[in-house]
Amino acid sequence: MGMTITEKILARRAGRDRVTPGELISCRVDAVLGNDITAPLAIREFSKIGVGRVFDPDRVILVPDHFVPNKDIKSAEQAKIMREFARAQNLTNYFEVGRMGIEHCLLPEQGLVGPGDVVIGADSHTCTYGAVGAFATGVGSTDLAAAMALGETWFKVPETIRFVYEGEPPEWVGGKDLILYTIGDIGVEGALYQAMEFTGPAIANLSMDGRFTMANMAVEAGAKNGIVPPDERTLEYVRGRAQRPYEVFQRDPDAAYARSVTYDVSKIEPQVAFPHSPDNTRPVTEAGHVDIDQVVIGSCTNGRLEDLRLAGRVLERRRVHRNVRLIVFPGTQAIYRRAMDEGLLATFITAGAAVSTPTCGPCLGGYMGVLARGERAVATTNRNFVGRMGHPESEVYLTNPAVAAASAILGRIAHPGEVI
Amino acid sequence: MLLEGNSWKFGDNVDTDVIIPARYLNTSDPAELARHCMEDADPEFPGKVRAGDIIVGGNNFGCGSSREHAPLAIKGAGVSCVIARTFARIFYRNAFNIGLPILECPAAVAGIKTGDRVTVDAAAGRIKNLTTGAEFEAKPIPPFMQEIIAAGGLIEHVRGKVKNSE
Ligand code: SF4
Repeated sequence: MGMTITEKILARRAGRDRVTPGELISCRVDAVLGNDITAPLAIREFSKIGVGRVFDPDRVILVPDHFVPNKDIKSAEQAKIMREFARAQNLTNYFEVGRMGIEHCLLPEQGLVGPGDVVIGADSHTCTYGAVGAFATGVGSTDLAAAMALGETWFKVPETIRFVYEGEPPEWVGGKDLILYTIGDIGVEGALYQAMEFTGPAIANLSMDGRFTMANMAVEAGAKNGIVPPDERTLEYVRGRAQRPYEVFQRDPDAAYARSVTYDVSKIEPQVAFPHSPDNTRPVTEAGHVDIDQVVIGSCTNGRLEDLRLAGRVLERRRVHRNVRLIVFPGTQAIYRRAMDEGLLATFITAGAAVSTPTCGPCLGGYMGVLARGERAVATTNRNFVGRMGHPESEVYLTNPAVAAASAILGRIAHPGEVI
Repeated sequence: MLLEGNSWKFGDNVDTDVIIPARYLNTSDPAELARHCMEDADPEFPGKVRAGDIIVGGNNFGCGSSREHAPLAIKGAGVSCVIARTFARIFYRNAFNIGLPILECPAAVAGIKTGDRVTVDAAAGRIKNLTTGAEFEAKPIPPFMQEIIAAGGLIEHVRGKVKNSE
């Protein structure tokens, strides 16, 4: 019996010929990641282990992004713990305010994750790196601490579900819609403990930015990781950025899957996930009349250049509705800079949007756009749980960037076709 | 060790934003986190929960973010054990790593109501509802997880490993 791509990567890093789903294995890690919420806790635990130094100062990556530039004194203290640790340990990959980005946009962009890598991060959306053909998964702070010391961690080998996307997507349908549709179909525990492998002609035609969006939300279906088999497009993206050698794995023809699901993307419309769960999806044309107070475009799900271009296309020469606050937050400084060079920031600002420095802020109700009681937001982010963006009685609707931009213009959930 | 307390029942997909909202994540002090534990599901929970109490959830308990602050808040609130039908995987790891006993047991979830007095033998996976007299058998904890618990959490486990290799 052959292996899936996820099994092959895990076998390689476990130093084994093969692994089978359900087995507990110990694996070398190529990189470990923490942020300003999870790293301080990990640093505290790390100091109890008694090793003194991290296993490799090039491979312990720390990104302050959740509450920075700091929102209050407490968060400033947390960020300081991380900054001082990065200095004391002489970490190569600590990214300071002004040079940082949202971690899951930043690491691939900086070539810190590549095909065949095993990466763990104390952040659930670490699964994003599956888009470059890595095995990447979220863990907690204590797991991070142990891996910072040992350079290894343990996993239960997941079964894989294979998702095959066929056909050509209609206009305005992108990676976000495919993944929302998928989660709507299988549910928020549809892939619990499993790997989601995204394949098929529609994935082959999907941009890297679209693939990042899909892998990003694998955890929203309960998955351990999402993965896109590397192809020429992946290698084109990785070449010239990769800071370490990488290795491309492909599934064996006779690999065993838990199940296989096929979708015809030509039948998928732009999707909206209604409150309070990412699987509560319906086509935007069936959303009905939903007035909104705020729109946020950005995050590790949809804060990349292609996302901003899409929003810019809809917002160009149009204005944000008088009842709506539009907040745009690019994923990294490099994306921010490119958006400026391309005139996108001018488009957003002219339309009446607030444009923020890269930060997680609004996505998790941290700061920079917290919702009041009863307020509704359309967001290109990945979670719409109760209280996710502020007051427990506020609501979040998840969409792609074009739908978010159209909704900002019309003041209600809208299809981009209604404004263009 | 036998755990005993009153139970608090919640539904399916209790997510980490409900367990501890992000607005309180500017600290990692369990006592401070405990003051806001589950407050978006039941604002009075932090005031009502007593040491030893047991949380009973449905499917996919702890889904969402990787924040270890979630099990820390629960442990900080004095909760001695969480029983659910299934757990989200990062929460599952985190709970063991920080020494919060959790058990998967669909029958117990069906057979326990809020307010029932419950005892749990976590190592043996035995759950007893003292109010109704019903007894339940949880899914066994994998041996590797038992090692972590026996060591007193992942950090202690790793410490032992590092020492032995010196
Ligand atoms: S942008 Fe949102 S989902 Fe992504 S890492 Fe930041 S808080 Fe998490």
